[in-house]
Amino acid sequence: MIERYLRQSPLAHLGLSGRGQDDGAPAQVRLAERPFSGLVNLRGPGADQTFLDAFEAAAEYALPTAAGASSVGGNTTALWLGPREWAIVDARGEPDAGPRIASRLRAALAGFPAAVTDISESRACIQISGAKARATLQKGCPLDLHPRAFRQGQCAQTRLAKASVLIHLTADESAQGGLAFDVYVARSFAEYVWFWLEDAACEYGANAKL
Amino acid sequence: MLVIPCPYCGPRCEIEFSYGGQAHIARPEDSAAISDETWADYVFLRDNTKGVFLERWVHAHGCRQWFNVARHTVTYEILASYETGAKPPKLDFVTQV
Amino acid sequence: MTQSFRLPEGGLIDRSHRLGFRFDGRDYMGYAGDTLASALLANGVHLVGRSYKYHRPRGILSAGAEEPNALVQLGEGARSEPNLRATQIDLFDGLRARSQNRWPSLNFDIGALNNGLSRFLPAGFYYKTFMWPASFWMKYEYIIRHAAGLGEAPRERDPDHYDKTFAHCDVLVVGAGPAGLAAALAAGRSGARVILAEQDSILGGSLWSGSGETIGGEPVQEWIATTRRELEGMEEVTILTRTLAYGYFDHNFVALVERVTDHLSDRPAALPRQRLWKLRAKQVVLATGAIERPLVFADNDRPGIMLADACRTYVNRFAVRPGKKAVVFTNNESGHLAALDMAAAGINIAAIVDLREDPMGSASERAEAAGLRVVPGSAVVGTGGQRRVKQVHIARLNADGTQALAAGETLDCDVLAMSGGWSPTLHLFSQSRGKVRFDADLGCFVPGASAQAERSAGACNGAFGLSDCLAQGFAAGKQAVKDAGLKIGRQAGATPRAGNDDFLPARWTWEVPSDKPSGRAGKAFVDFQNDVTANDLKLALREGYQSIEHVKRYTATGMGTDQGKTGNVNAIGIVAAAQGREIPDVGVTTFRPPYTPVTFGVFAGRDVDGLLDPNRKTPIHSWHEQAGAVFEDVGQWKRPWYFPKAGESMSQAVKREVKATRESIGIMDATTLGKIDIQGKDSAEFLNRIYTNAWSKLAVGRCRYGLMLNEAGMVIDDGVTARLDDFHYLMTTTTGNAAPVLAHLEEYLQTEWPDLDVHLTSVTEQFATATIAGPNARALLAELAEGIDLAPQALPHMSIRDGRVAGIDARIARISFTGEMSYEINVPASCGLALWQALMTAGAKYGITPYGTEAMHVLRAEKGFIIVGQETDGSVTPIDLGMDWIVSKKKDFVGKRSLTRPDMIKSDRKQLVGLLTDDPKEILAEGAQLVERVLPAPPMPMIGHVTSSYESPNLGRSIALALIKGGRARMGQKVQASLANGGTIACTVTGPVFLDPEGTRLND
Repeated sequence: MIERYLRQSPLAHLGLSGRGQDDGAPAQVRLAERPFSGLVNLRGPGADQTFLDAFEAAAEYALPTAAGASSVGGNTTALWLGPREWAIVDARGEPDAGPRIASRLRAALAGFPAAVTDISESRACIQISGAKARATLQKGCPLDLHPRAFRQGQCAQTRLAKASVLIHLTADESAQGGLAFDVYVARSFAEYVWFWLEDAACEYGANAKL
Repeated sequence: MLVIPCPYCGPRCEIEFSYGGQAHIARPEDSAAISDETWADYVFLRDNTKGVFLERWVHAHGCRQWFNVARHTVTYEILASYETGAKPPKLDFVTQV
Repeated sequence: MTQSFRLPEGGLIDRSHRLGFRFDGRDYMGYAGDTLASALLANGVHLVGRSYKYHRPRGILSAGAEEPNALVQLGEGARSEPNLRATQIDLFDGLRARSQNRWPSLNFDIGALNNGLSRFLPAGFYYKTFMWPASFWMKYEYIIRHAAGLGEAPRERDPDHYDKTFAHCDVLVVGAGPAGLAAALAAGRSGARVILAEQDSILGGSLWSGSGETIGGEPVQEWIATTRRELEGMEEVTILTRTLAYGYFDHNFVALVERVTDHLSDRPAALPRQRLWKLRAKQVVLATGAIERPLVFADNDRPGIMLADACRTYVNRFAVRPGKKAVVFTNNESGHLAALDMAAAGINIAAIVDLREDPMGSASERAEAAGLRVVPGSAVVGTGGQRRVKQVHIARLNADGTQALAAGETLDCDVLAMSGGWSPTLHLFSQSRGKVRFDADLGCFVPGASAQAERSAGACNGAFGLSDCLAQGFAAGKQAVKDAGLKIGRQAGATPRAGNDDFLPARWTWEVPSDKPSGRAGKAFVDFQNDVTANDLKLALREGYQSIEHVKRYTATGMGTDQGKTGNVNAIGIVAAAQGREIPDVGVTTFRPPYTPVTFGVFAGRDVDGLLDPNRKTPIHSWHEQAGAVFEDVGQWKRPWYFPKAGESMSQAVKREVKATRESIGIMDATTLGKIDIQGKDSAEFLNRIYTNAWSKLAVGRCRYGLMLNEAGMVIDDGVTARLDDFHYLMTTTTGNAAPVLAHLEEYLQTEWPDLDVHLTSVTEQFATATIAGPNARALLAELAEGIDLAPQALPHMSIRDGRVAGIDARIARISFTGEMSYEINVPASCGLALWQALMTAGAKYGITPYGTEAMHVLRAEKGFIIVGQETDGSVTPIDLGMDWIVSKKKDFVGKRSLTRPDMIKSDRKQLVGLLTDDPKEILAEGAQLVERVLPAPPMPMIGHVTSSYESPNLGRSIALALIKGGRARMGQKVQASLANGGTIACTVTGPVFLDPEGTRLND
């Protein structure tokens, strides 16, 4: 256990509250850091049913096996990254979520040609929401982000401007709070991606929130 | 800018990928037993095909998987993509110009 | 000046919205809806530029993108933009523009002397004249560029911002004329995702040029408005006006530029000036229309000589009379249409000179019925007038139209409207690699077989009747939806109906016969922008340039900013006739993107200033900034280079940092080093295959240095790898190579050794790393560490343990790149700053000194440690580095076989050595060349170069590392190194380790 006060989130130094324009009108794009998300990288034989079963037995939900799919169980979400790779996410902001998930999975999957690595500290998570979130991301992302092509729960590793990112559509237009993406990016690229998103969203009016 | 069909993620934009040169070049098993020339061929020499070319790509900004592509080097048409280690699909290898 | 050429009513202009603008220093008025060209014409201004080579006065030729003459410099200062077509600039209040390529003024242009000297400026003149001597080219070029230049690029930085976006759609429709609108309707009604891109500010295209036409029984203007409303009501249809599709690339990737605010006098700061759309379309409908061709006759370039359809457009769309008295010269029906509309606008039609012996068709019938004078079987053979056409000379042709008989009458006029037929706009089709074919009836090239998922519709597909355009567009829209794999959900509806007159019949005369002997007539221009005449083309053929591609390059026809939009087909026709060949045998030159020029800013987009490239920063960065660090770019990382105190020079700061580290304790941010987590049962075997040395016997908790080669045997990376557990390793890489090394490892794992149970994960950013080095490092760490035995026997050099430091979970590696006792303390990245601050606070009593990359370089160079990328350059083997000790003789590894290739075992390969200058104060330049002896003059055989060079405070002198041919056999010998001042200095070759060769300091 590390005392919370010793920790700094990747974007803490920007002092994000107070950034952006707040003219009272609902912003078409909102940006927020989701600090201290638990994020665990899981490798394993995706085609081996016993491996998938072992995961399901431990996690109480199934690993997604379709490209770009995700599945949710309790407080964690499993995101498909590749045929033998997943990200297990707990975005509630508890700093020890990553190590906790990792040790549970390690125990459950011992004996499989698998690897469990806590990478929570190595990523920043930026939430972009609002009616123009798709249009803002589309400026730097070559994927087709149209509602017909990129749906709620879908995830993809791709590029955003000059950064490699993992994007996850956590809520689509029909959701209560409206459209929202989580954008995971390497910690050292977080500042670049934040500034890039602010700039790209400028014409729509952007608000930052913590 | 090409659309490259990743066998795992589906069609994606070329900027997510890196090129890996000619496919199906096997690394010699027992390198000590082969001649300098054979080794140099393996390390340095590749075909420069006009027509259908089997080549490697890696989905560097996506699933990070290597795979093979059959691409026509004149029209840039991509005829197939398949997993590393798999045999190439049957294609018409006649050079079309 | 008042708008004396403005018609009292009509046109698509807003007369309630007057706009003031300035051209060449004079103020004018126009209306909203005008282009700069239409507003100038409304004010009677035709002369707008000088030609490229001969500086002949030129006027507005066209009303669109094909304009070769009316190129203007728009705006002033930093926002100025050259070479814009006045015919495409939307007028706004306060617009400022000036003409180009004239000096000192448009009316008196000194360069026009070139026109008098024109017999000395034939095709290929520049090539012929400036071939020799080569050294003079610089002078010639300066003069030529000034005399023949186009506009000027601003020198200031561009104050505007630009945007880029990716985009996707089912159907892209390029062009919103009748065919494009019909295609968009048909596709949009199916529910498909449609983008309709139109370069003009309005929808409707050529429909606005005509008069009196109807679609489905309603006037075209109403049909356009209805159609627009319907399209705007469709959720998945995006209409982009002022948006040019300028390039068609592989796999249906189409690039578009949207002019977002160019037409506004008040531009909202939040909006970009222009936006680049990087569009991937499943299917494309090209409805790009057609461009009217000029006729090639003597002196066909005077201001006031315009394309016939442009005259129609100015009258009908802009309510502008291009002149008071017009002569029309045509080889097809279009000239008659222009004459009718001009006559209706009150322009006196002096005559319609028709190359056809017996003009027939609905327009010529109407012209005759209207009592207009038609002169059939005749040609314009010359024109008069200085800055504006004043009269035209006409002559009757012989029966087959190949010769002009004796000169006939001369007609006074102030505008000459010409039509040489129509050329489909094939640029995008051709860029998509579609093959064109020549249609002899239509007298133009039309699309042949498609190479990509596109189809052409309307005039660009050779359909010149309105009904055909609508039908083709509608069918293309439906087909595109089907080919995109979508179901037509709702009824597409019926094809809109309209009349179907086209411009045929025509008489194809590529070069109008002259009544004068060759060379005595005026110039007959084919390519206005590049000043290429019919005679230039024939001269090129006589000089042996037979291929149309060679003729293009020799004469420059079809080049420049208009890319031959008006001239190409005429040029091909003239070349074919001169060669006695058929046009299809001559072929066409390649169309290249962009269709019209695109400003550089839009390619830069938002990737400028702080967003030019990601600046990667460590979690400790803010501390470094506050400490006044000077940063160095290492890859995309910002790393502290050195930490100057007030008044310190770089040299003084580095010296202080180096000495403090050797004498007490230094601290460095090593977060940027690449870290790769390796898990799996075969991890040791994998390391054996990847590194040159053996890994099987490395104990848990111990570290080992490794050297990584590529298959060619060259060093690509080095670093320390630690064994954390039986099947768990942590590899470190150099900062700049973290990503390439991981990619290299993954490549081998996936493509060569998929059977190995090994998983690689980058954990570079999982940890923040502080390295403390120096004699007091252990004492400091002991104060802050918990749960870890730091005694030398418990934690010897090259070992690793987990514990806690300053209340933070930490992994401590005792490894050293400085030669000092040194601990790398890795903590969760979010705790990096807290760790650093704790170390700084507790280390104060030892005078703990932060050091940057420069001090690190000095420290390691004193020890002779290499840096990959500095001592190596992709051509250096471990043997060259004198690191045979780390190369296993027993096992195979990547690159091993290459090390025994004959080239690799030569004794004269460059080898790593130390170098000491005779003058200990002289610091060699890195990269300095080395020779054995200084000869009186070059060439001197180079024997190597300096790879690293520093002032060493611990040795009290300069030191250097170098790669020298057969270097290890030269120990103690002298070599000469070049100096920046042109001199040389003698140096002694030594071993590369300058300090503590036994390693007692780090093993303490």
